[in-house]
Amino acid sequence: MSLLEVNNLDAFYGDFQALFGINLAIEEGEAVAIIGANGAGKSTFLRSVSGLVTNTADAINYRGMDISHRAASDIVGQGIAMVPEGRKLFPSLSVEENLLIGGYSQRAGAWNLERIYGMFPILKERRDVAGTALSGGEQQMTAIGRALMANPELILFDELSLGLAPIVINDIYESLPTIKQEGVTLLLVEQDINKALEVADRVYCFQEGRVSLTGVPRNLTKDSIAAAYFGSDK
Amino acid sequence: MINSSRYWVQRSTATSRLGAVLGIMLLAVLISVPYWGGRAEMRLLVEVFYILALAQLWNLLAGYGGLVSVGQQAFLGFGGYMLFVFSIHVGVGAVWTIPLAGILGALISLPVAFLVFRLRGHYFAIGTWVVAEVFMLIFAQIIALGGGSGASLPVSVVRSIASSRSVREATIYWVALAVVVAVIVVIYLLLRSRHGLALTAIRDSEEASRSLGVDNFRAKLMVYIFAAFGTAAIGALIFLTKLRISPAAAFDINWTTTVIFIVVIGGIGTIEGPIIGTIIYFLLREPLADYGSWYLILLGSTAVLIMLKAPQGIWGLISERFELRFFPVQRQLRWTVNDD
Repeated sequence: MSLLEVNNLDAFYGDFQALFGINLAIEEGEAVAIIGANGAGKSTFLRSVSGLVTNTADAINYRGMDISHRAASDIVGQGIAMVPEGRKLFPSLSVEENLLIGGYSQRAGAWNLERIYGMFPILKERRDVAGTALSGGEQQMTAIGRALMANPELILFDELSLGLAPIVINDIYESLPTIKQEGVTLLLVEQDINKALEVADRVYCFQEGRVSLTGVPRNLTKDSIAAAYFGSDK
Repeated sequence: MINSSRYWVQRSTATSRLGAVLGIMLLAVLISVPYWGGRAEMRLLVEVFYILALAQLWNLLAGYGGLVSVGQQAFLGFGGYMLFVFSIHVGVGAVWTIPLAGILGALISLPVAFLVFRLRGHYFAIGTWVVAEVFMLIFAQIIALGGGSGASLPVSVVRSIASSRSVREATIYWVALAVVVAVIVVIYLLLRSRHGLALTAIRDSEEASRSLGVDNFRAKLMVYIFAAFGTAAIGALIFLTKLRISPAAAFDINWTTTVIFIVVIGGIGTIEGPIIGTIIYFLLREPLADYGSWYLILLGSTAVLIMLKAPQGIWGLISERFELRFFPVQRQLRWTVNDD
């Protein structure tokens, strides 16, 4: 049984259909990346899994249980946490409070403030600083720490590298193998193809709301990725 | 250039520690009032206490929970009637009907929430008002409670509090003081707990808090039930001081508009705001109450002026100017500008 199994998922924003019959499966302990151009439906997919977009029934199964119609707040308790696009830290809360609110669901597990500070020592120094006063990289670390505080089995990363300097992106990506070693399954949505291919065991490419390519990074040629990414007629 | 490392969030302040000391001293003085104060001062203070408690609850509801209700008089009147039902018809001691009214108010708020929580924004406000009117119409139908003309608390019930008038008045005074202190302490602790953190997070971003496992609906429902509990308990206390109840007096919308006035001019979303607002309200009311409708016009204009010129209220102005925080529940963003 896959950890996450998505069957024939459609997603809509009002009348606009953003996803068309997505099929995707993730095994426990894997790192899977979804790549694709702007508007390909990558973020919509993550928002569907985390319950922020209403889904077609029976489309999303987590540990064999249908979570398609579960509330977002409930899904965190099931073990799926998200690092949202643009970090979305709470401006009225300090770094430490941003981390603490991540543990709101009180799911048991090994992650706590101390371990987050161990992984990102800079956050310990900045614990009393307002979350939004941090640099982009530090904000991203806080957002990752906040998601880990929920003690997830599956963590969804939405555009980790967006708006960050290359050197900062490297720092952020260095934390992913550590998180994976702790037994957390990773699902990344990423526009930076090279970064995604570095950490992913398997890749899905989305194009205009459909899966256009799937495979193991070393078996994919540049041309096949380009075709899946931009469409074959371009 | 502003260097980000010069920002920090602060909660406990020197003022808050000074505030704690001053607060305890003030409390000691207030506790001793029945031993040296006059009857008129005590009556006024009792009113100050229950109005302040109502204002704190409405502030929690609207300022923190985002639930702008104009129908809290539904629970206030309900609580008032529970005093009469349980002290006259069941024989519960008058003072004990206060917590009892609170519990029943919390219970009745569940079906009310089921109705009004389907409404958003202005519709929620109007919905809560309609519910209060429905409560009034229902209680006006109950003949055993005096119907539309209301009922008085029998002398035997009043005597059961204490046989002498001075002991009775002192008892009611201490109960009112205990109620307002309890309301403020509970709200303060609630806002500092993980639920307070969640309420602040919801205020910042509903979606981000939802995706972190915060059940926004449940957090707001909890605030609504707690406000109903407190408001109903205070309702029983209010009508214990008035000794007479009628549907028009119990479910009067002025209970809520007064409290909204206080919270708006004092400063919404802070614990200090309603305290300042209550003081201003009584300072204006005492000398001006004889001027009838001019008094109301003045209150209204004050509220409009504050809303236009200082939307964070008087406390917002003071705390900004002098950096004061007596109840540091909100996290302040502070910074110094780096010139180099």
